[in-house]
Amino acid sequence: MALTTAPGRTGRSGSARPHANRRRVGRDRHAEGLAGYVFLSPWLIGLMGVTAIPMLLSLWLSFTDYDILTPLSEVRWVGLANYERMFTADPSYWHAVRVTLTFAVVAVPLKLAAALGVALLLNKAWRGVGLFRALFYLPSLLGGSVALAIVWVNMFNRDGAFNSFLALFGIEGLPWVSDPDWALQTLMVLAIWQFGAPMVIFLAGLKQVPTELYEAASVDGASRWSQFWHVTLPMLSPVIFFNLVLETINGFQGFTAAFVLSNGTGGPVDSTLMYTLKLYISGFTDLEMGYASAMAWVFLIAIGLITAIFFSTGRFWVHYSDGEK
Amino acid sequence: MVAVTSTTRRTGRRRPGGRQAVRLLILIAIVAVVLYPLLWMLGTSVKSQEEIVNNIGLLPETFTPGNYTAGWGNFDLSFGTFFLNSAMVSLLTVAGNAVSCLLAAYAFARLRFRLRGIWFAVMIGTLLLPGHVLIVPQYILFRSLGLVGGEWPYLPLLIPQFLATEAFFVFLMVQFMRGIPRELDEAAKIDGASPYGIFRHVILPLSRPALVTTAIFSFIWTWNDFFRQLVFLSSLDDYTVPVALTLFIDSTSQSAVGPMFAMSVLSLLPVFLFFLAFQRMLVEGINTSGLKG
Repeated sequence: MALTTAPGRTGRSGSARPHANRRRVGRDRHAEGLAGYVFLSPWLIGLMGVTAIPMLLSLWLSFTDYDILTPLSEVRWVGLANYERMFTADPSYWHAVRVTLTFAVVAVPLKLAAALGVALLLNKAWRGVGLFRALFYLPSLLGGSVALAIVWVNMFNRDGAFNSFLALFGIEGLPWVSDPDWALQTLMVLAIWQFGAPMVIFLAGLKQVPTELYEAASVDGASRWSQFWHVTLPMLSPVIFFNLVLETINGFQGFTAAFVLSNGTGGPVDSTLMYTLKLYISGFTDLEMGYASAMAWVFLIAIGLITAIFFSTGRFWVHYSDGEK
Repeated sequence: MVAVTSTTRRTGRRRPGGRQAVRLLILIAIVAVVLYPLLWMLGTSVKSQEEIVNNIGLLPETFTPGNYTAGWGNFDLSFGTFFLNSAMVSLLTVAGNAVSCLLAAYAFARLRFRLRGIWFAVMIGTLLLPGHVLIVPQYILFRSLGLVGGEWPYLPLLIPQFLATEAFFVFLMVQFMRGIPRELDEAAKIDGASPYGIFRHVILPLSRPALVTTAIFSFIWTWNDFFRQLVFLSSLDDYTVPVALTLFIDSTSQSAVGPMFAMSVLSLLPVFLFFLAFQRMLVEGINTSGLKG
């Protein structure tokens, strides 16, 4: 390899040089192309073996009544029966869809509002701001864990800490986690409590807003409120968009807390039957893998659609400072 | 110009003391709410059974460390086994993600090869793929290969991590490597380095910050992960900490609450220690890359 670039060779007669160079470039490019695939090979194997083939398998299984106990070779093709059952004959499926949508529609905006509110409070640099930032971020870091869900469920029990806090004000509490009307709300509070991750992203976005804009606005006599509406929010819209997409997709996938609260059943009375929990129950408790696969595909398409809707409506309210849309 | 802005700023913020104090008070109130559940968990873990029922306050009247020993041996196996299992899965995941994602990222960020653009688009596409979609077919696949509940039941958890399927980390490292000056590659190339040499001597040493970020988040996420471990681990002695914690929920007896809290505290300890050690990095890590945390 080193020989080709040795000065002795390039110092040779002028006419041979371009030719040799071209060959060298060609060989380098070939070597680089080969190296590219060598470095990429673990990823490629993973893509094929762990992602692409399983996805195709899942698509095929969604048209079968595969129950994991019968061998794959004897699986019966049932056409659209799984999809039909999902949409027309399984009320708990629609229930799961409703629970998941309710969760996302309520918890995600509240979480983002909390994140933005606290980010605005932390925006100015002063001593100790770093400590606050870190403390607010801590719940996000611990948030997905079983341990935290366990604590949450106990805190919102009939005789839990939250009710005794309410008792201080003479309010009689409810058995939040075992009340079908409130169990999902308890999970929403848990999700909102973890506002730290989007908050940090908001903080980074707020740093990008040029101070000149605020100065110009206050010269024009704009109140703090109208500065927030007319400067901060538009300048922050790309970051709001980013957080919204990310948190919505995360919200749809909530599983751990719902599993822990209901001991894997989605109860009380299916009130916490998140989509992914329904999928888990169908596939791994009832062993209806074909049915679960159909559910997974609908989930995938739904998330794709929602993301697409976000991106197509984003044009109307997301402002990029360089005029890019 | 500079002087002008600084004076307008100063006049724009009259009475900074008063407003600052209000802001600080609000923040302290929010911190109290945010930290309360964690402190309450800690307090409850050292309360006696009787106090757990009667005293909902943060602090125990009598300090009862017995929950920790009781919880540690609450099931047929000691929690030590579950911690070792979790540690092994998490550390191997860290190694798998760091190595495989780094290799893929180098190819995407630095090498020219046929179809690179298409593969890169596919990689970005997998970034949005929810894990719940793949779990059923992956389970079937690993099961038909005899790897679920097999001789070493962690293979279904680990194999994907060694094959760079965590697209998020690939993306993170690609973004990072794009910031490494190309002149360094060119110089190494002129010195006769092959793509492998450039990787080994230029990119690898300079990618340390990205590797550390990947390692930390990879550890924390795997340690906290529940879904995959729940699906793939079926026998008690293979359980990791999150799966083992759900055993407490199954045993609904009230007497297990103290031990359950004690083990919950211990299970959060590694993540909390990582948080203490790397909090600046963790917080900055998410704002540059949008990590979900």
